[in-house]
Amino acid sequence: MKKLQLLFIGSLFIFNTTTAQKVFTKTGTISFFSKTNMEDIKAENSQVISVLNIQSGELQFSILIKSFHFEKALMEEHFNENYLESEKFPKSTFKGLITNIAAINFTKDGTYNAVVTGDLTIHGSTQKITTTGKIIISNGKVTAMAKFFIKLADYKVTIPKLVKDNISETQEITVTCLYNQKM
Amino acid sequence: MKLHISIILASTYLLSFFSNKAMAQNAPKVDTTDLMASLENENTNSSNKTNYTTATFKTTRLINGHTVENIAKGVLDVKISHRFGTLNRGAYELFGLDNATMRMGFDYGITNNIMIGVGRSTFQKTFDGFIKVKLLRQSSGKINMPIAVSYVATIALNSLKFTDTSRKNLFSSRLSYTHQLIIGRKFSEKTSLQIMPTFVHRNLAEAGEKNDILAIGIGGRQKLSKRISINAEYYYQIPSYQPANSTNALSIGFDIETGGHVFQLHFTNAKGMAEKNFITETTGLWGKGDVLFGFNISRVFTIGKQ
Repeated sequence: MKKLQLLFIGSLFIFNTTTAQKVFTKTGTISFFSKTNMEDIKAENSQVISVLNIQSGELQFSILIKSFHFEKALMEEHFNENYLESEKFPKSTFKGLITNIAAINFTKDGTYNAVVTGDLTIHGSTQKITTTGKIIISNGKVTAMAKFFIKLADYKVTIPKLVKDNISETQEITVTCLYNQKM
Repeated sequence: MKLHISIILASTYLLSFFSNKAMAQNAPKVDTTDLMASLENENTNSSNKTNYTTATFKTTRLINGHTVENIAKGVLDVKISHRFGTLNRGAYELFGLDNATMRMGFDYGITNNIMIGVGRSTFQKTFDGFIKVKLLRQSSGKINMPIAVSYVATIALNSLKFTDTSRKNLFSSRLSYTHQLIIGRKFSEKTSLQIMPTFVHRNLAEAGEKNDILAIGIGGRQKLSKRISINAEYYYQIPSYQPANSTNALSIGFDIETGGHVFQLHFTNAKGMAEKNFITETTGLWGKGDVLFGFNISRVFTIGKQ
């Protein structure tokens, strides 16, 4: 009987101690940068949604193409109208995994290297990518950072000959997400 | 006694189990993909976000007249427009290419909703100026607005020498004004239409003509590809106001966009490029071949802060 009571009490604890496994944000930042001799093009999106499961390492991103903002209004219009076709393909997503999640101690402050691999979908085309980034733990808050390059042709974004000198075929993508919410 | 404690514990256990279950139903589901989906849904949920329609037209001009579009704050748009001679002049004048009238224009965006511009045309040596204000923007979601509305006011100054020097000529006789409402809608990614009720006032009119002219414009575009569209524009003058020799301006053309340039190539029966000129002083008839080939070139420069 005593054993049974203990079991009850024990199971109570198990049910009530479902700690936060997932951290997420709706205000992450993703920017891209294109550099050519003719012109530098930069755009930033600070309404990035990202979810990270700190136990399994599952990592997902979702962004609305229309939320990218440029220095020049016409660039933004052309980006939406001609290049990314945001009416047809309103969002871009990433679904992947931090493969070395076990090496990251989310309870201890510090900077950890993270290897991320997964499917990146832009402009309706999906490519498998692998990149390294950083997970920074500070006062229990998780920040993810990464910088990597993508080729426009991989995502069927075509640049007309006339502006070939203005837009780089390789774009530098920078990701910064502070996971300020958990569940 | 021990049995009682056990029963209490068991019921607490069951209660906590059910309450956990109930909570799980209220909170977003726990799977990463599901959480993502619910966050995305919150973000794109139409009831808490307004989605403004952009790029109803490629540029601020349809062919001769204005579209509902404005240029952005701090942007300078330099426009060079040509209209050649009429096609029915035949091969001797290379179907009109030997003749040309042109307009040079400079537009500037003061805010994202207010723009101004000045221009000079060879037709009647006209100086013109305008202000365009966006009154309504087409949008969906939190604010649902099916149409965009802009208001354009223009002033045109005919600087030709007065033909009749025997009478007292006033400076004010050179001036004309137009007021225009532009009501437009982007029906789909490719199709946009607009109507333009227009009021023209000429300080000086020919004997027997009215100073005021009412007209209704209708225009639209159909995209043929991402960077090319076909446009049409027609201004109908209300017959009781129409000046004696004038015809209604009909224009058909193409927009070709390349980076910061928009090239507009078109056929029109209107020679003038300021509102008052093409709406009320067009004399050619399409049926007789009084059609001119023309083009507008627009080049934008970002000079101010966004």
